[in-house]
Amino acid sequence: MPRWSWIIITVLTIGLVGTSFWGYKEHEDKNAVLIQAENTYQRSFHELTHNMDLLYDKIGTTLAMNSKDSLSPELVDIWRLTSEAMSNVGQLPLTLLPFNKTEEFLSNIGDFTYRTAARDLDKEPLSNEELKTLESLYEQSEDIKDELRTVQHEVLDNNLRWMDVQLALATNDEQEDNTIIDGLKTVEKKVEGYSEGNEDSSLLGTREQEHEFKNIKGNRISEDEALNRSASLFDVKSEKDIDISQSGEGADLPLYNVSYEDDDKNVHLDMSQHGGHPLSMLVNRTVGEPNLSLHEAQEEAEKYLKEQKFKNMTLFRSSQYDSVGVYSFLHEEDSVRMYPDAIEVKVALDNGDILGLTATNYFMNHKKRDLPKPKVTKKDAKAKVNPNVKIQEDFLAVIENDLGKEVLTYEFLGTMGGKTYRIFINALDGKEERIEKLERKEINLAGNF
Amino acid sequence: MKRKTALILVVICAISIIFQTPLSNHTVQAFSPQVIQQGASGDDVIELQARLKHIGFYNGKIDGVFGWGTYWALRNFQYEFGMKVDGLAGTSTKQKLVKATKYDEQKVKNQMYKSPSQGGNKQKQPAKASTNVPQGYSQNDINLMANAVHGEARGEPYEGQVAVAAVILNRVESATFPNNISGVIFEPRAFTAVADGQIWLTPNETAKKAVLDAMNGWDPSGNATYYFNPDTATSAWIWSRPQIKRIGKHIFAK
Repeated sequence: MPRWSWIIITVLTIGLVGTSFWGYKEHEDKNAVLIQAENTYQRSFHELTHNMDLLYDKIGTTLAMNSKDSLSPELVDIWRLTSEAMSNVGQLPLTLLPFNKTEEFLSNIGDFTYRTAARDLDKEPLSNEELKTLESLYEQSEDIKDELRTVQHEVLDNNLRWMDVQLALATNDEQEDNTIIDGLKTVEKKVEGYSEGNEDSSLLGTREQEHEFKNIKGNRISEDEALNRSASLFDVKSEKDIDISQSGEGADLPLYNVSYEDDDKNVHLDMSQHGGHPLSMLVNRTVGEPNLSLHEAQEEAEKYLKEQKFKNMTLFRSSQYDSVGVYSFLHEEDSVRMYPDAIEVKVALDNGDILGLTATNYFMNHKKRDLPKPKVTKKDAKAKVNPNVKIQEDFLAVIENDLGKEVLTYEFLGTMGGKTYRIFINALDGKEERIEKLERKEINLAGNF
Repeated sequence: MKRKTALILVVICAISIIFQTPLSNHTVQAFSPQVIQQGASGDDVIELQARLKHIGFYNGKIDGVFGWGTYWALRNFQYEFGMKVDGLAGTSTKQKLVKATKYDEQKVKNQMYKSPSQGGNKQKQPAKASTNVPQGYSQNDINLMANAVHGEARGEPYEGQVAVAAVILNRVESATFPNNISGVIFEPRAFTAVADGQIWLTPNETAKKAVLDAMNGWDPSGNATYYFNPDTATSAWIWSRPQIKRIGKHIFAK
């Protein structure tokens, strides 16, 4: 054999060994990453089952408890556990698996315990109905806990891997038998069985407030009529450049989705089919250097609201973002500010054009209200506020409280230690309904924002 | 004749410019004619804060954004000087302020910005300037969401990008999703841009604008919590969600 062929063989061998080594290393690295991801999933899952166990025990002890003094801390503990369990669920690759009911169940317990723990249980102990709710939650948590334990057992017994779940969900492979997915589906079924029976319990009020448009008025308008109104809203003469389509079954209320595009802007509008009200409008165009002040542009916003026949709107907040002013208005009646009836307007500061309107909150909530007279005097309400807060401004306001009910309140703007707070005190019973710390600016970290 | 008039005009202009520049440096720097209100930002706000600070009403940072601190300082000033207390810096308030205080624009701005004189025409790097953020959100929230929106929906129409941002916020509100922005974005298998790393592309200004609009209350998605691209969606389950509308390539659903 000639000498050069030996050289080639050596080089090739070295190359082969090198490549194999490199490949092996890559494989190991990939495995390490996969194992780490797997471990994160495993940890979340085992923590979830553990937390569900604890949750079950805690609700049990709470039910058995008689003394009110220790009840509040127990409820707080349950609340903490539910939020941990929810965060565990959030870290599992379950987004495409219907695990919603379980999450809803957790959120229900969370809401319930938070609400009752925050209450003065000496004055207002748990009602019979609430005890019943707690009992039914106890039963549910037992079922969920048991099912999760079963899944956990299978997982440990058969060395099941969450990575396979992820793969199965990603490829949507139905045939493949996946114990974890099946197990979790069983959990879900169990919870589902409960939700109907629960419908009448006091939990209902704490559920996520469904978006409902109870107060939208007017007859259904035709597509042509909608086109007509949109053209005048967009200030466009020809209707044929405007696209219109109807919303699908998932929409909160039947909508016309209208859009328009020309060389320098495009407009998107949601119009209610009933009454043809503009619920949300967004204009996109490049905005030049500001020529108007935030204050001048506010007049444009106010003018626009008048044109759109929104009456008695009062400015509640304004902010400048580069060359755009964003204004929040509240409906005001007899000097009472209606927080649920809010409208936002966006104005271009280069020429005062209206760049956007969102009135979904307004149309969802606005109605004629029979407001009660305050039973607590302003002075007494002030006395309920932390004495360290220096009250600077006060209003009467209607807000939605934690239970989603509208309440009449005194609104106090005050400062403490250089920070500003907005405090709502119930005008009928003096309860502190809500406190908000207000700060809406930050050091500019980006420098170009 | 016409030429002559033009020439005279030019000369007059030149003279007036020459004489005005040094003059205005000696007289007090005064506000522009705008009424300054809460939420505003810019040079007038810097001047307002500096003047209120000079007279001892304002003790926060001079950052060029009219926030609550400036608001209370201004109201106190108006109260002490027997004016109408409305928290708006209008003509009379500004006149009073100018009379009662001194303002050295150059000095204040030098303190605010990092060495504006060096580097010639380079854009000033605001070191202490602030920016408005929607109530309840931080700048980092905005940036993180802008990353997600850019990764998920760049190339989509603007309202489609706002809608994607709105879906993230709707999920935060919903009981069946994590209750903070990072939790929602990084929920495993929730967003493809997170799974394939596109979330780490640098977002453009449009994505940021879209996020701001969503945070300020706009929701072109019609209160959706899901969206998918019908051409690439692999899951059959997603088709079972009640659909709301289609914007660009995405179908938004409940």
